[in-house]
Amino acid sequence: MNPVATPFFFYFLSAMALISGVLVITRKNPVHSAIALIFTLLSLAGLYLMLYAPFVAGVQIILYAGGIMVLFLFVIMLVSVSRVERESQFNKQWLVGIAATAALGVLFILVYAKGKSVFPERTVQLPEQLNTQQVAVWLYGTYMLPFEIASLLLLVAIVGAVVMAKKRI
Amino acid sequence: MTLGTFIIVSVIKIVIALFVLLTGVAYTVWLERKLVGRIQNRWGPTRVGPFGLLQPLADGAKFLFKEDITPPHVYKPLYIAAPMIAMIFAVTSMAVIPIGDWVTVAGVHTPLQITDVNIGLLIILGITSIGVYGIALAGWASNSKYSLLGGLRATAQMISYEVALGLSLVGVLILSGTFSLRGIVDAQAGTWWGWLPKWNFFQGQFVAFFVYLMAAFAETNRVPFDLPEAETELVAGYHTEYSAMKFAMFFMAEYANMFTVACLASLLFLGGWHGPLFGPTWLQEILPVFWFALRVFAFIFLYIWIRGTLPRFRYDQLMKFGWKVLLPLAVANLVITGLVVALRA
Repeated sequence: MNPVATPFFFYFLSAMALISGVLVITRKNPVHSAIALIFTLLSLAGLYLMLYAPFVAGVQIILYAGGIMVLFLFVIMLVSVSRVERESQFNKQWLVGIAATAALGVLFILVYAKGKSVFPERTVQLPEQLNTQQVAVWLYGTYMLPFEIASLLLLVAIVGAVVMAKKRI
Repeated sequence: MTLGTFIIVSVIKIVIALFVLLTGVAYTVWLERKLVGRIQNRWGPTRVGPFGLLQPLADGAKFLFKEDITPPHVYKPLYIAAPMIAMIFAVTSMAVIPIGDWVTVAGVHTPLQITDVNIGLLIILGITSIGVYGIALAGWASNSKYSLLGGLRATAQMISYEVALGLSLVGVLILSGTFSLRGIVDAQAGTWWGWLPKWNFFQGQFVAFFVYLMAAFAETNRVPFDLPEAETELVAGYHTEYSAMKFAMFFMAEYANMFTVACLASLLFLGGWHGPLFGPTWLQEILPVFWFALRVFAFIFLYIWIRGTLPRFRYDQLMKFGWKVLLPLAVANLVITGLVVALRA
């Protein structure tokens, strides 16, 4: 069956991602920020689904929304909320902040303007059954070396974290 | 199939699935009270109806009419949302679980499953991992020490055991080569030498099966891993501050999760609905559902049996068991399965 109401879902998910993204940085209570971030991640998963990438969407939910954010929440729940709410939320680096935002905005506009011809006009609709297999084929075939390098980096990070956290091993 | 029939068929399936699941949940509670009673040399419920069979209805009515207390110290929006989150995600995973083969009812040829998605297993894992928020947020929003400790324990426990649980399933995925639950069951059809079924359990995934089983006990917060609600230390853990229907929702969520992991174990390791078929055509269409229900019942029975038998773990034992025993076992199983499949190919 063909997908229905795609524009509606696209704008709905995008709006949800953006609004909850803004809430992440504006809410004072860290737990509320974390919950808003969960909504952002979930709507991104929905967008991946709309791009015919069900595997990526599933992994996004399991790893980010279900794994990493749970750990975030775990740590945040131990923080005393009353003390956090008395601290000032934003630091005073707004000049640098505005400059960085402007540079990023210019970059996005440039990518959009120059990249129009590079990106295909319509996305190629891969059969969604093949998404998982295709990810695997590219990861373990064409991009084997970068994949291995990334996993080695992660391993180094894990070992480093253990060494730094534990005084005596 | 047109859009109209699709919607009607889906709605019918959803209603039936919900009804069966919630009835199953209610009667699992009855079964648990009865069985644990017998294990402890008691009768269990006997007063309401024959064999206490109407006890679940009486319990439901009691939950409905109890006073719904909201303590003044809670953070209200999340306090109210938490049991809903737990319940919603516990029930949602039923959407992708197949309970039988294709059937033709009133001229509509349809699978016995609400929807067959090709990342079914990933969806179930994702939904269970998000379901943790119900418990974690209940603990935090209750604003009480017991609840917070219960919520924290649940979070740490579920994250730790999710890793082992996920890895134990990869062996099955390697063997069947698909994420679709229907595809995984179809890959287990047939027998060796005419009598040994080609279930993944007999295809060498028995280590994975036991790792999955133990991780599933921890995921559903059941004895011997029920530390989030250990009543000797934490009153009732994350649902200490909850009463009436909100408490019942946590309760139902726990039992619905039991059903999900029991269904998953049957589908992934024990051949789903495959079993001997005989008799007329209508019987052959119903029998697979019966075989599947039998497996699920066996798992539920095992859950209750273990609850009546084993004492609770200590928290450090729980963590040690998860990370130092289950995880290495799951990884070893994954490596060996991968090697065997690669050498066979």
